[in-house]
Amino acid sequence: MNNQLEIIFSTLEMGKALAKTIEISGDEIISIIKESELKGRGGAGFPTGLKWETVAQSSDSEKFIICNADEGEPGTFKDRQIIQEQCPKIIESMTIAAYATGAQKGYIYLRGEYTYLLDNIKRCIENFKKKNLLGNSILDKKNFNFDIEIRIGAGAYICGEETALLESLEGKRGEPRYKPPYPVSIGLQDKPTVINNVETLCYIPHIILKGPEWFKNVGTDKSAGYKLFSISGDCNKPGIYEFEFGISINELLKQVEAPSDVKAVQIGGAGGFCASSKDFDKHLCFEGIPTGGSIIIIGKERNMLDILLNFIEFFKEESCGQCTPCREGSLRLYEGLIQFKEGKGNSSLLENLQSLCETMKVASKCGLGQSIPNSFISITEKFKDEIILGSGIYV
Amino acid sequence: MNNDLILSRITDIIDQYGTSRDKLLPVLINLNHDLGKLSSFTINEVARKFQLSQTEVYAIASFYHLLNVKPVGRYIIRICRTISCDLSGKNQIVKSLEAELGISMGETTKDNLFTLEFANCMGMCEQGPAMLINADLYNNLTPAKAVEIVNSYALKSRSLLS
Repeated sequence: MNNQLEIIFSTLEMGKALAKTIEISGDEIISIIKESELKGRGGAGFPTGLKWETVAQSSDSEKFIICNADEGEPGTFKDRQIIQEQCPKIIESMTIAAYATGAQKGYIYLRGEYTYLLDNIKRCIENFKKKNLLGNSILDKKNFNFDIEIRIGAGAYICGEETALLESLEGKRGEPRYKPPYPVSIGLQDKPTVINNVETLCYIPHIILKGPEWFKNVGTDKSAGYKLFSISGDCNKPGIYEFEFGISINELLKQVEAPSDVKAVQIGGAGGFCASSKDFDKHLCFEGIPTGGSIIIIGKERNMLDILLNFIEFFKEESCGQCTPCREGSLRLYEGLIQFKEGKGNSSLLENLQSLCETMKVASKCGLGQSIPNSFISITEKFKDEIILGSGIYV
Repeated sequence: MNNDLILSRITDIIDQYGTSRDKLLPVLINLNHDLGKLSSFTINEVARKFQLSQTEVYAIASFYHLLNVKPVGRYIIRICRTISCDLSGKNQIVKSLEAELGISMGETTKDNLFTLEFANCMGMCEQGPAMLINADLYNNLTPAKAVEIVNSYALKSRSLLS
């Protein structure tokens, strides 16, 4: 299995995929992306080609392409390294999206904590303009005009949620909208909008140059292609890895030289699932355990109550506060866990908290509130002894 | 900073960005950077220029963690408290900086030089523990290294004053 970062971090001649793009029609580009079966790499897994197609088919004269560079899921750092090393692929891919959909304006929404990457992106955009790969009459193609503006976030995890990101771009609090309507029909300033993750965009130039079959033929049936994983925690070789979709947790642990007695693996960040050793033969893909790529390895000496407390405290702070199930729910889960931490928890409290999770799952407005129960339920079910005992007693 | 200086800074930034609603966040980010915080005077003036209610502008300023609506020191030290930095020893960094500066998390030193805060995941998970001092990033911290870095800011600040 390949972990050599052979695709996204490989060198590609700047503008080559764009030059190939403008030789064919926008519809043909969309067909290629659809055939490749590329799905969004941010975690939700929506087919990218379908997203582009919906925006392309809109008769609205104003459309937008947005790159979501608000990477904030605990344990995720792949986009940071892509921006540092492969920024041209982001710009080129946004421009290809503009060609395919008819958008004339793009935004890169960069998280505020990554402000130190701003100059790199600016330089890259200038370079593209100098080479006529961005701006007016791109590559001398009449009426092919596209410009990109960079916007910086100001520290809000929720702005990685696409509709919260739109609100933030419009100068408001980053509070998610109801979906539907989806941004492809009513997006930025109510215009049709493509929002793609940094990683998703970066596979596109490769797909255009190598053809959709090349991408579709790796991975699994429902999860085509390669995927970046950000690996941190208790292992010898943390870092970014690129694997085919469908890799098993066991294989991944071997690749990153994790100790043989790993207690748990948190997949998908604070809002993801916690796998215990009996899950390690499961596969990472949309039809298996889905993930945006955050993998946190938890060694045997760690206390799972502390781990869970860290996740829930994160959500308590990052809930936007707009809807009650998420705002109050995350606070109550936190307070409940503190009870366990102080040795005052019991099984009926745990049952109450788990039932609160069920409510949060169905009643929260957006993916943030809906995903808080993932880690809470998987950790409290798989490591019930540690939670019940509390770290005051458990050694 | 006196109000005239704040007003001239607001005018400069609004000349550059304009007052269309989608420019509100860039304007606030720039003012926060230049003035160190968004005081109620600043917020009220921005609201007036954008023709928005003060409450609405305050609601936005207070929503984003990196905008300061409360007084802070010249340097804000943000220690990542999220899981991977936690696993790699962020508590030791917290203890060493609290002891070095003589303040607890959330507090500002008496000379208004440093504020200690927690931040959520800053994307340095494989190189933790990590911290930001204003926009500067530091990773692979040890207690000694963190103390040394913070003291270099104190030194820099003193040499700026003298």
